[in-house]
Amino acid sequence: MNGAASRNFSLIAGVFITGCFVGIAVVAQFWTPYDPAVLSIVGKLQAPDQHHWFGTDQLGRDVLSMIMAGAQTSVGVALLSVAIGLFVGVPLGLLAAAHRGAVDELVMRGNDLIFAFPALLLAILITAVFGPGAVNAIIAIGIFNIPVFARVTRAGALQLWARDYALAARVAGKGPLRISSEHMLPNLIGLLVIQGTIQFSLGVIAEAGLSYVGLSAQPPTPSWGRMLNEAQTLTALAPYLALFPGFAVLLFVLGLNLLGEGLRRTLSRTP
Amino acid sequence: MTAANLLEIEALNVAVGATRIISNLSLALRAGEILGLVGASGSGKSMTALAIMRLLPAAASATGAVRLRGEALTAKSDLQMQRIRGRDMGMVFQEPMSALNPLMRVGDQVAETVRLHRSVSDLEARRAARETLDLVGLGGEQGALERLPYELSGGQRQRAAIAMAVIMAPPLLIADEPTTALDVITQAQVLLLLKDLARTRNMGLILVSHDLAVIAQLADRVAVMQAGQIVEQGATEQVLHHAQHAYTAALLAAAKMPAKRSLMPQDSAPMVLQACGIVQEYPRKRRSLWHAAPPLRAVDEVSLAVHAGETVGLVGESGSGKSSLLKVILALQRSTSGQVRLLGDDLSSARGANLRRLRRAIQAVFQDPYGSFDPRWPVERSIAEPFFLLDSPPLPAERRRKVGAMLEQVGLSASDARRLPHEFSGGERQRIAIARAMITEPALIAFDEAVSALDVLLRDQILRLLAELSDRLKVAYLFVSHDLHVIRAIADRVYVMQQGRIVEEGPTEQLFASPRHAYTRALIAATPRIA
Repeated sequence: MNGAASRNFSLIAGVFITGCFVGIAVVAQFWTPYDPAVLSIVGKLQAPDQHHWFGTDQLGRDVLSMIMAGAQTSVGVALLSVAIGLFVGVPLGLLAAAHRGAVDELVMRGNDLIFAFPALLLAILITAVFGPGAVNAIIAIGIFNIPVFARVTRAGALQLWARDYALAARVAGKGPLRISSEHMLPNLIGLLVIQGTIQFSLGVIAEAGLSYVGLSAQPPTPSWGRMLNEAQTLTALAPYLALFPGFAVLLFVLGLNLLGEGLRRTLSRTP
Repeated sequence: MTAANLLEIEALNVAVGATRIISNLSLALRAGEILGLVGASGSGKSMTALAIMRLLPAAASATGAVRLRGEALTAKSDLQMQRIRGRDMGMVFQEPMSALNPLMRVGDQVAETVRLHRSVSDLEARRAARETLDLVGLGGEQGALERLPYELSGGQRQRAAIAMAVIMAPPLLIADEPTTALDVITQAQVLLLLKDLARTRNMGLILVSHDLAVIAQLADRVAVMQAGQIVEQGATEQVLHHAQHAYTAALLAAAKMPAKRSLMPQDSAPMVLQACGIVQEYPRKRRSLWHAAPPLRAVDEVSLAVHAGETVGLVGESGSGKSSLLKVILALQRSTSGQVRLLGDDLSSARGANLRRLRRAIQAVFQDPYGSFDPRWPVERSIAEPFFLLDSPPLPAERRRKVGAMLEQVGLSASDARRLPHEFSGGERQRIAIARAMITEPALIAFDEAVSALDVLLRDQILRLLAELSDRLKVAYLFVSHDLHVIRAIADRVYVMQQGRIVEEGPTEQLFASPRHAYTRALIAATPRIA
């Protein structure tokens, strides 16, 4: 009884918080209270009031508008990097599980190689070659996601291959490709949704980290990490400048983790 | 009389939520007596055992009285019960591997029971553990004391679990399906051990099993359970020969299983399957960088044949290479050497479209009714899966009709096609697996321990169904099992396999009446029988 209630709490809270941030990101596409790119030297460093709920920064930009637009960057980068991880990692994991032996070794050791690189180092490498930008952040975080999904998929698929229904499908003449797509993938979706949520939240943190060091979205595109960086020198003068983007990252990641936990408890109960 | 009773259960009721699992159960056991508790799966046998130990799951609630030597266990606190368990009553479970801690030496685990109940020195505890291991036949050069559970065989593990349960010489031992996970020869040894322990120590033993033949080997008295109630109890002889209740009679009939009256000296019939000199080797871990270990020979020069419409049994204990051989025959695995011919064509070297064509002639039913179906696929889709082998699979309407007809053939209804596998019981699932194997009308179906996970009543039903289908559809079966009962009831001809080799072959009746090989004789002698 208690377990069910707390599961529902995680799930409901997670869906609510995540929904809010994704909603904000969508709204920011069409409307923000002020243009987050417009500077106003006259109105700089205003404390929060009824005109600027979250105040303005040292260049007079509205912080609420920047947070909203920053949510867009955050959601966009994290979502696309999860997509890269899914579309490359899952097939690799299925392939490794279906063929075992040499193919498995090759795929998994390749994964280890990528895993050994921290995402930040990878981002610096890519930036050094292609220059900084949101797209490069997506690629860097996305590459980091590939081995994660490949491992989860392979582990799950190996368990399913040991089931008698995989044998029955082989007796029915089906090849590894068809069995992987008909039997393995649909039964792994729950697992992948959960892992996707977790990688999404890691992606939000990674994006904030990369933009903090200036390797993600470039000005004037707002991002939470860069807002934190710019607020750093002004903490004594205007602490709210660091507070709002910091809370945005915190709350969003909390929401995603609650969602992941809620999903895990709901989906892992197989019929 | 009442005072002499070791254990008394009075009006025991167990419920989980609103569902009654055990209703109004009363039972008594004297010291030194062996009581067999028998019933189909789901009849509440295991719950009764757990209720005596006060180990019911948290969701279950129990009322009624359980008294051990006159003391009401139901009134004890949890702490008091901890002291009683192990000291005054021991329990042995079905799966010995999960009953032992995989990271702890067997000797330490056995000694642990002593340390929990008595303040003894390490040396004394170890000595007690050694003595008890000797007693259960794990002493001497076998040296189980210093070994880890994975180093022991299934039978040795079960002996270790028994040692843990009896080291404090409890007056009561409860054994819940203690031999169901073991092969016949080991089963006979473990049963004998339990009997000896009960007799020499004047220990009360409750033996829980679904198989009356097992119970009949040991029990002085039998209690038959159905749907949470004891429907009949009495002295073993009495129950076996003058069963009062219809359910007892059904269990008896299922346990006896008459041998098949084979009609066929079928050697004249065309050959469906012919395996010649099959060898299957698996690489072993290298001894060192320079020395490769010789490969493990799981199947050693095996040849066998199945004629059209014939049922062939392949019997052997776990690890004898039956499963490896079956994988080769089903072309799921390429053998190291040897050839499999199916309807005259070479299956072992076939590939691609040719292999697909040959596969139409052979289908399979596997052991685990719960793992045999994709949990997300409705039954119709699973049954229709082998249509993939056909060049022109039937259209949806035709497919539905065929699946519906097949479901009715195996004793289910056509409307079951839309349901998901988890809505069916184990026996029903095995029927669905049979439907899947038969949908493409193959010439041969291989069964890998297909009835081993079922209780006696379901096993009996499935075997009857198979016999009927083979008569009607003229399909040949290759039936792999460790259970001689099953083989005898269904097979026309039997192969006996030991350590990768076929040691004996012959018509079922002849082989059972006059076995030539020592191993076959041992298997037959070990199989529990109702006299």
